[in-house]
Amino acid sequence: MDLFSTFFNIPVLMQSLPQLMNGLLVTIGIGATSIIAGLIGGLFLAVLRLYAGPVVTGLVRAYIDVFRSIPLLVLLIIVYYALPFVGIRLSPFFSAVTALTLVSAAYTAEIFRAGIEAIPKGQFEASAALGLSNRYIMTDVILPQAIRIVIPPLTNNCINVLKDTALASVVAMPDLLKQATQAQALSANPTPLIGAAVIYLILLLPMVRYVAHLEKRFSRGRS
Amino acid sequence: MKAPLIKISNLRKTYGQFVALHGIDLEIAQGEVLCVVGPSGSGKSTLIRCINHLEPFEAGSEITVDGIPVRPGPDLDQVRAEVGMVFQSFNLFPHMTVLRNVMLAPIRVRKMSEADAEKRARDLLERVGISVQADKYPAQLSGGQQQRVAIARALAMEPRVLLFDEPTSALDPEMVGEVLDVMKKLAGTGVTMVVVTHEMGFARQVADRVLFMDGGAIIEAGTPSEIFDAPKEERTRNFLHAVLDH
Repeated sequence: MDLFSTFFNIPVLMQSLPQLMNGLLVTIGIGATSIIAGLIGGLFLAVLRLYAGPVVTGLVRAYIDVFRSIPLLVLLIIVYYALPFVGIRLSPFFSAVTALTLVSAAYTAEIFRAGIEAIPKGQFEASAALGLSNRYIMTDVILPQAIRIVIPPLTNNCINVLKDTALASVVAMPDLLKQATQAQALSANPTPLIGAAVIYLILLLPMVRYVAHLEKRFSRGRS
Repeated sequence: MKAPLIKISNLRKTYGQFVALHGIDLEIAQGEVLCVVGPSGSGKSTLIRCINHLEPFEAGSEITVDGIPVRPGPDLDQVRAEVGMVFQSFNLFPHMTVLRNVMLAPIRVRKMSEADAEKRARDLLERVGISVQADKYPAQLSGGQQQRVAIARALAMEPRVLLFDEPTSALDPEMVGEVLDVMKKLAGTGVTMVVVTHEMGFARQVADRVLFMDGGAIIEAGTPSEIFDAPKEERTRNFLHAVLDH
């Protein structure tokens, strides 16, 4: 009973719920913006990495390696606390989106590259032999096939980005986690934290199941 | 003799130390049906893949198609639009219907309207006997049907030349005939064809000229009866013995 009123205190939960919902909206806002920007940036980087000249390819590879190595929390703190020293001041929202996008684009670029490289050489040759320009080879022939391959890993990456939005609470962003810790302080009861955890699960568990389902379907060899 | 449509001079191709083509010189006339035969690894596929620059070749080599030099750059897509190719493994686009496969290049490269491209595609599919399957996906068709679609796809660009890279080698034996029949009909329409093949019967019956290659060089060229009935070179004789007498 004591345990229950400590962690699952219904009145405290009801009281903090509006605050948590506001936090959820902020979390989804940061997550969705970073996911979309990361997808666009990642596709762009992947195509550069595969088809640009050696100098650009080297730079893109360096970018991808650096942003896959750096801890997101470190990057976020640099963006928010260090960049103002050189005159770049970003709001908490844009700091979070910038850090998440930079990292997500690096991962997404590798996913797209693997997807494009998985398309048989004959597809490139057949479309080139028809006289299609590089642009149409990509948009009409290669990418529509690559998309099917990359949907499971891309969904995985979306899950990671959404989870990592919780780090934004360290730059004073009123996201779901931040709202929960504040509500906890206010009510002197950890129930809002449990509530936040449950909301994260409700948001992400279906996506995790969806990836598992897709991977099973793909491994059965249906295209 | 008609003017040559394709001119190849001193075509050299190497893979590291290995020399795949030793300075090939060849002219192919407008409307000619040329069959290229020879053992595996003789360079015959490499030769035709150089004509549309799917295979880059060494400096100093020269190929022109209808006067346009084949080299990387803005002219290359133009050359490729005039040079159709049919591959051993079909290489149809698996995410598009058969009809869409045939319509794609005329719309994107020739800037044809959807309606005109569809009409042309349906006519061509009719010609290769696939009109009933127009709305199916390639994976739903047999190998022979897929290869006939691939021929229709190449023809949709109304190319000056059609290159065939062992078009029947990946087919089950019972499907070889249907593809060769389509190719025979094509040969009768006056389109220029360069066919790399192991089908000696087809070469003998349809070719205007047969080229025998070995070790990255043209060993002998002549009319089908010159090559098949009276080969001059030892290597040609050995090859023909190996493939015909068993």
